[in-house]
Amino acid sequence: MKTYRPIDHTADLGIEVSGKSEKELYRNAGIAVHDMIADLRSVRPREVRNIGVEGRDREDLMINFLREILYLYNGESWLLKNLTIVKMEGGRIEATLRGEAFDRSRHALKQEIKAVTYHQAEVKETPRGWKAKVIFDV
Amino acid sequence: MSEIKMRQLDDYRWEIPPFGGMRVPGLIYSSEKLMKGLEKDESPRQVANVAHLPGIVRYSLAMPDIHWGYGFPIGGVAAFDLRKGIISPGGVGYDINCGCRLVATNLKHDDIRDRLEKVVTALFRDIPAGVGSTGALRLKPRDEKEVLVEGAWWAVKNGYGTASDLEATEDGGRIGGADPDKVSARAMERGRGQLGTLGSGNHFLEIEIVRDIYDEKVAAAFGLEKDQVAFMIHCGSRGLGHQVCDDYLARMMKHVNALGLQLPDRQLACAYVQSEEGQDYLAAMACAANYAWANRQVLMHWTGETLQRTLQIGPRELGMRLVYDVCHNIAKIEDFDVEGLKAKLCVHRKGATRAFPANHPALSEKYRHVGQPVLIPGDMGTGSYVLVGTERALAETFGSTCHGAGRVLSRAQAIKAGKGRAIRKEMAERGVLVIASAKGTLAEEMPEAYKDIDEVVEAVHGAGISRKVARLKAVGCIKG
Repeated sequence: MKTYRPIDHTADLGIEVSGKSEKELYRNAGIAVHDMIADLRSVRPREVRNIGVEGRDREDLMINFLREILYLYNGESWLLKNLTIVKMEGGRIEATLRGEAFDRSRHALKQEIKAVTYHQAEVKETPRGWKAKVIFDV
Repeated sequence: MSEIKMRQLDDYRWEIPPFGGMRVPGLIYSSEKLMKGLEKDESPRQVANVAHLPGIVRYSLAMPDIHWGYGFPIGGVAAFDLRKGIISPGGVGYDINCGCRLVATNLKHDDIRDRLEKVVTALFRDIPAGVGSTGALRLKPRDEKEVLVEGAWWAVKNGYGTASDLEATEDGGRIGGADPDKVSARAMERGRGQLGTLGSGNHFLEIEIVRDIYDEKVAAAFGLEKDQVAFMIHCGSRGLGHQVCDDYLARMMKHVNALGLQLPDRQLACAYVQSEEGQDYLAAMACAANYAWANRQVLMHWTGETLQRTLQIGPRELGMRLVYDVCHNIAKIEDFDVEGLKAKLCVHRKGATRAFPANHPALSEKYRHVGQPVLIPGDMGTGSYVLVGTERALAETFGSTCHGAGRVLSRAQAIKAGKGRAIRKEMAERGVLVIASAKGTLAEEMPEAYKDIDEVVEAVHGAGISRKVARLKAVGCIKG
């Protein structure tokens, strides 16, 4: 099953992410950010990065989490292969990411994602699992 | 029209009377035809949302190129009282000081007609553009700080252009109050390798020909004449500006929660202008704005070099001179008359252009007698308009007008509509040679994804918030 799909927004790019649990939702959203940037099939899990962020509610936590993951590429030219949520409690999330430095000769870029916006951000539990909506500035 | 009630005031003005928590009415500048396109759009609601913000003065305004953004609409203008009002990073946008500059030359269309392909190919090779583009400049941390404080001055000081370029740049290519210590290490890192790059998305470098002159006298004062070759650069502050916006949105989100301020949309996060958060953002935003001016100044210099080399002519024959450089994503502290009283206001222009009239003290001597040149880039390959600022803009829109065509199709819709079509060939048939670094960009940016630029310009001209001076036709375009 595809874990995220694009939703339409005139100026920018939005996605709807799904997950069976809250943890899986955040994991899928984190991977989606890099999956939109590059073809992750060619990324090797050679280095480990650990991140931890906080948020005052589910949406805030999601945005802050994705901002941190986006910065790994935008600021450090690093792409993820996989992501594990290590801990999630009391408005804090910790994750371990495996991936490697971006290499123009091996990694195909898809598009530039410039920022994660707060605009119409949504994280909620539905009868069919967890769903999130996030809009990116591209 | 979503569920927002509007009242048409005249041919070019639609008012949104206050409802709910709106502190002032909304006012959209548009035309009958453009308003039809807004029927299913959420942007009128965003105009109403902005009217909720503390200290907003007179109206929450929108220009005819309005479209749905995040938080503030794109094409929005809002001014806030300095004591009681706010400043919002979302009211400036991610690409701080995204803007454009128009550069005139001594060349005529015939001088480049046969060599256009060579010129466009050379520019595509020489000007860094596209996803993840990095420049030929890699700044040392100390130099980067200088760029943030000095803007286009830094570029000129280092040999990219001349002092006369600064006179033809909004604010002289440098906003005061820039403090690099208010810019995060992350933003500094993102900016270090990107000075002198166009980037991707709707940014471009275009070779254009002056096609129509509407006002001979003003065109002459701007140094424009029919059949002249010019070029337009459209880009901004790259990753540095985005990171500044991102950092301060997060910080202001916390601030808003601490103040207990109720906002209709999280992306409207803001701080009082006079608060520490507000002042820090202004200082960081000025840094990003200055970076963008240095960026466009460097790109202009390189474009001139490439033109000289490709056409095998010297600087005198090329005769490159900056007509003007405007920013269309910015917040500024400016002086206005409000109900007969002089007031300093914090004016947000998000996808809107300053349009000051003749005799305005903010204009450099070069244009004070005639008024500020206003540059309106069209969609890819269509060309651009040059307008001039008016007294009416100063009186009604805090000296502001439109900034471009404005999207009507989302990127995904445009890609769908472009499926199976050879956009590059279609553009060539319209007389524009386009080279883009990514195929997807061409579909995303194709002309039908945007509002009709002629209609947008007719609306601001008709409303009197700027006046038509000249129209340029694109003949060559490089895209990120």
